[in-house]
Amino acid sequence: MKQWPDEHGRFGQFGGRYVPETLMNALMELEDAYRRYSAEPDFQEEIRYLLREYSGRQTPLYYAKRLTEELGGAKIYLKREDLNHTGAHKINNAIGQAVLAKRMGKTKIIAETGAGQHGVASATVAALLGLECKVFMGEEDMRRQKLNVFRMRLLGAEVVPVTSGTRTLKDACNETLRYWVSHVQDTYYILGSATGPHPYPMIVRDFQRIIGDETKAQILELEGRLPDAIVACVGGGSNAIGMFYPFVEDQAVRLIGVEAAGHGVDTEQHAATMSKGSHGVFQGSFSYLLQDEYGQVLPAHSISAGLDYPGIGPEHSYLKDAERAEYVPATDEEALDGVQLLSRTEGIIPALESAHAIAYAAKLAPQMGKDELLVVNLSGRGDKDVEAIMEHLGGSADGVH
Amino acid sequence: MESTKVNNAIDEAFAASRKRGEALFMPFLTVGDPEPAATIEILKVLEECGAGMVELGVPYSDPLADGPVIQRASERALRHRITIRQCIAIAKEAREAGVTIPFILFSYYNPVLQTGIELVMQEAAEAGISGLIIPDLPHEEDGPAREACAKHGLHLIPLVAPTSEQRIQRIVSKASGFIYCVSSLGVTGMRAQFHDGIDQFLNTVKQAASLPIAIGFGISNAEQFKRFSGICDGIVVGSAIVHQIEKSAPLLDSVAERERGLEQIREFVLQLRGQ
Repeated sequence: MKQWPDEHGRFGQFGGRYVPETLMNALMELEDAYRRYSAEPDFQEEIRYLLREYSGRQTPLYYAKRLTEELGGAKIYLKREDLNHTGAHKINNAIGQAVLAKRMGKTKIIAETGAGQHGVASATVAALLGLECKVFMGEEDMRRQKLNVFRMRLLGAEVVPVTSGTRTLKDACNETLRYWVSHVQDTYYILGSATGPHPYPMIVRDFQRIIGDETKAQILELEGRLPDAIVACVGGGSNAIGMFYPFVEDQAVRLIGVEAAGHGVDTEQHAATMSKGSHGVFQGSFSYLLQDEYGQVLPAHSISAGLDYPGIGPEHSYLKDAERAEYVPATDEEALDGVQLLSRTEGIIPALESAHAIAYAAKLAPQMGKDELLVVNLSGRGDKDVEAIMEHLGGSADGVH
Repeated sequence: MESTKVNNAIDEAFAASRKRGEALFMPFLTVGDPEPAATIEILKVLEECGAGMVELGVPYSDPLADGPVIQRASERALRHRITIRQCIAIAKEAREAGVTIPFILFSYYNPVLQTGIELVMQEAAEAGISGLIIPDLPHEEDGPAREACAKHGLHLIPLVAPTSEQRIQRIVSKASGFIYCVSSLGVTGMRAQFHDGIDQFLNTVKQAASLPIAIGFGISNAEQFKRFSGICDGIVVGSAIVHQIEKSAPLLDSVAERERGLEQIREFVLQLRGQ
C-alpha cells in the first residue's frame, strides 16, 4: 500500500488543509519542523526517554483470561494504554508534540479537550517542560468532567470555558483554532486527535503508532503470530489510528473501529460519523462528517465526552472507503454494560470511550473461534467517568448488574 | 481566467471608485440576520449610505474565521434555517427590489460543497452575484471552485494575511477581482489595533498585485476608515455593522418597528463614513 499522506496532505481523497489563510504559514512551518526534527536521532531519543521513564511505557499487552472465559470465544488481549501516566493514550501524542513545540522555540501551548484526557495530558507535559498552557473546553464538558478540570488547574494550566455552539468538543476545537489564528506567532497548538488540517493527522498518527508497534512485537512474542482482529474506539480516532497503522498492510488482521451510537444510530442523538455521516469539510480537513443536506454540521451525542464529535480523522475515512478497516457503532447503553463487564471480570474500570471497544468485543469474541486472537485497545482508565457512570447506573453499586 | 475580468460588476465598481479617487465602502452582513426580509431592507439602506459593494455572509454552524459577533449573527440566521441557496435567492430578490451595487457571496466551503459547486456558482451568477469569498479555502485547495467561478463569470476573491509571506506572490498570481487583505492576525471582530507591519504588508501586496486591494477584519470606526481610505481601494466593514444589526434586531424583527431599526443602522453607517 502507498504511504499516506501524500505531498498535499491527503489520504486518498481525504485530508488536505481547509483553514483561514492566516494559519497556512504556521501549518507549513509545522510540517517543515516536524519533518526536520523527526529525522533527528536526539529528538526521537528525547521522546522515547520521556515515554519510558515518565509515562511508564511500554504498556502491557495483557491476556484477559476471565473476560475470555466469560465471553467464550476468541482469546482476548487488552493493550493497557490506561496504565500510561495521566491514564490514557493521549500522553503519547502530548509528549511528542510538546517536545516538538520546544524545538520550534515556542513557549506557549494551547489544546482543546472533550473528556479532559487530552487537556490533562497537555497540562501535564506543559508542567514537565516548563511551557505556558491554555486548554479550551466546552462548558457542557466542564460540567461533565469536573475532576479533569480541577486536575488541569492543579497542573498549572488555564482552562478556558467555551460557550459557543454546542459547548462541547467540536466548539472547543473551533475556539482553539480561533485563538491560534490570533496568537500563531508564539503559540503552538497541540491538537489532540488524528483530525484537523495537514500535517496534524500525520503527526498525531506517528506519535500514537507506538501503540500498534508495541502490540505487534508483544503479540508475536506471546503468541508467535499476529492477531485475527483488533478493536479500538473512535471519536476523532487517535488511539485507533495509532493501533491500526502498523497493521494496515497485514491484510489478514481485521481492523475494527467502534464509534459512539449514543441513543442509537436511528435516533438524532449519536456520534456515529462513519455509519451515518457523509463526505465534507470540517475543522480543516475533508473527511466523513455528520451534517445536514445543506452542509451545516450536526451536533453529536455520546455518553462519553471524548467521543461526541461529528467528525473523524481523514485517515480513518480513507481506511473505510478502501475497505481496509470496518467501523461499527455501540450505544451508550452498551458502553455502560462494557464498563461493568470489564470491571467485574478483570478488575479494570475502563474509560467510557474504551468501554465502547469492550462493548463491541463482547459481541465479536463469541463469534470467533477459541484459537483466534482478539486485541482490544484499552485507551484510557475510567476514574474520570466514575461519577457519570454512577449517575447512569442509579447511584448505587447494588443496582449494578 | 482573463475572460472573467470582462464586464464583471466588481471590476466596474473599482474602476469607477479609482476615477473618483476614493476607496469603496464594502459592508458585510449575514443573510437572514435577524430575519430574511430585513436583509433586503438593510441592503437598501447600505446602498443609500454609499456602499460600493456588499458581502453577503452565508450563515454557518462552524464559522472558524469569525469572532463572536458574526458567530452570533450566524446563530440568529440559522434559526430561520437559511441555506446557501436561499441566500442566493434573497440576493436575487434584493436586485428585483432595486439594489444595484455588486454582491459578493461569503460562504464557508462545506455549504458550497454539499449544495454542489457548479449549482452554487450557476445560481449565484443568475442572481446577479459577481464574486465569492470562501474563507477556509486556501489557494492550494481552490481548484474546483476557481474553475466553476471562471465558467460563470464570477471572481473567486482570495484572502492574504500578514502571515502569508512567501505565499503572497503565488496567491495574487491566480487571483481575480481584488485581493482581500486581512488587517490583523485573528478572527473577524472590532479591534483597536492592527498588525504592526500593516502598512508594509499592504505595500507588499500592492506591489505584487495588479488588481485592486481591499482591507478587512476589524475596521469599526470613522478614524480607522479614514486611515485606510488613502492606501486601499476598498474597505470591508463587517463586525461593526453586524453588531449594530444585533443591537437593532428587536426593532428589525417587528414589521411595525422595522423603520426605526433601519434608521439606527443608517445613522451608524453615516457616522462610520464620517458623514
